[in-house]
Amino acid sequence: MERNLSEILEALLLSASRPISIDDIVKVFEDPKPSKDEIRNALNQIDQDCLTRGIELKKIASGYRLQVKQSLSQYIAKLWEEKPQKFSKATLETLSLIAYKQPITRGEIEEIRGVAVGTQLIRGLMERGWVKIVGQRDVPGRPSLYSTTKEFLDYFGLQHLRELPELPSLPDLTSIEHELPIDDPDESIDSPQSLN
Amino acid sequence: MVDTKTLNPRKKEEKQRHPRQEELFLATVKGKETSLPEDLYVPPNALEILLDSFAGPLDFLLYLIKKQNLDILDINVAKITEQYTSYIELMDAMQVELAGDYLVMAAYLAELKSRMLLPRPIEQTEEEDPRAELIKRLQEYQRYKEAAERIDKIPRIDREIFAANAKLPEFATKAPLIDVPLEDLTIALAEVLRRVEQSQAHLINFEELSTRERMTQILERMRTESFIEFTSLFNPKEGKIGVVVTFLAILELLKDSLIEIVQSEEFGPIHIKGIEEVH
Repeated sequence: MERNLSEILEALLLSASRPISIDDIVKVFEDPKPSKDEIRNALNQIDQDCLTRGIELKKIASGYRLQVKQSLSQYIAKLWEEKPQKFSKATLETLSLIAYKQPITRGEIEEIRGVAVGTQLIRGLMERGWVKIVGQRDVPGRPSLYSTTKEFLDYFGLQHLRELPELPSLPDLTSIEHELPIDDPDESIDSPQSLN
Repeated sequence: MVDTKTLNPRKKEEKQRHPRQEELFLATVKGKETSLPEDLYVPPNALEILLDSFAGPLDFLLYLIKKQNLDILDINVAKITEQYTSYIELMDAMQVELAGDYLVMAAYLAELKSRMLLPRPIEQTEEEDPRAELIKRLQEYQRYKEAAERIDKIPRIDREIFAANAKLPEFATKAPLIDVPLEDLTIALAEVLRRVEQSQAHLINFEELSTRERMTQILERMRTESFIEFTSLFNPKEGKIGVVVTFLAILELLKDSLIEIVQSEEFGPIHIKGIEEVH
């Protein structure tokens, strides 16, 4: 029985409850398997078909996902009684340090944050599947090196780390110094008199 | 524990510069007045709650700097140290449990301040300003603090992104059974009848048999046996009529979808089985 490939793919995407890759798709077919190009074409077809629908096909790190169109999320949110989970500053800061500076040790995270990073926090990130240990730094104590995972990217709808928002740049110390107005000359930094 | 009373009059000028600033309070802790930080922007009784909202001492320092409308590069280490330690002392007096990291920062700032108090010989100009280290740390921290805020804004699952899902269809996981053609069924019947012929000799009498009753009997038997061999349903002693009644009963049950007739392989034995209830 000849089946429309995009019809099958849509069924797979809707039932997988996780992002699926082209390799995943190939596996569900018996010989003769469709080629990857045929699958890509069928996915394009689905993407086209979605233009007039409430859903869209999104390519993310682990593959493809059918999701509600971003522009419609406000309606969905009303239907959800539970508020989406908020993440603490500590979690977000740790996560962003791992994301931007991976692989990174816990000590390095603590150094920049100026505060101890709880085991619980890191474990929480690992249980969510956002962070994994990728090795040990070759220094005494052999601290674990942490990196982000594909699931992390999936969760934030990203394909690559480079799609993360740009890291704010570090201002040049020397150039800015004299541009800043100093209200009270007595408070200027180098005058020891003000220190009393 | 803390009672707040007077507005600090020295703050009037300050107030005008920050019109949104609420009243400032003096705290009395255990009947003893606590010296307030030079620039107190937070009512002391709100401190604990406020401190909870900081991600650490660097975050708190950045807050103090921002409240003074200062840039990180413009900070007065001495002043910020005093302010910071005043807060810490106040917290201590209020018996607020502080994370050790805040105390480490206090010690670090004090050390920095002491280094700045020492006169620096003019010829050592290339020596790094002691502030630079603090500034670097604050800047580095601020980068990632901002990055974290940006990451927080990325649309994410179950907040802005909702994966589309469809209910799964019913799965036919069992191996498909071969359809039994009526022809095979009648052949099987013929077989039974032939056997009946063979054992007919001693037939003396038979009871009047009802098809309905036979249907019930078959169903009752199926309660204990899930698979019944077709031929075993027939009792040769009942003679031809008995066989026919049983056969009719089977057909009736089949028609009512109360049983299924299955054959696991071609020419294999035919079995009767009950229909599994589908929920």
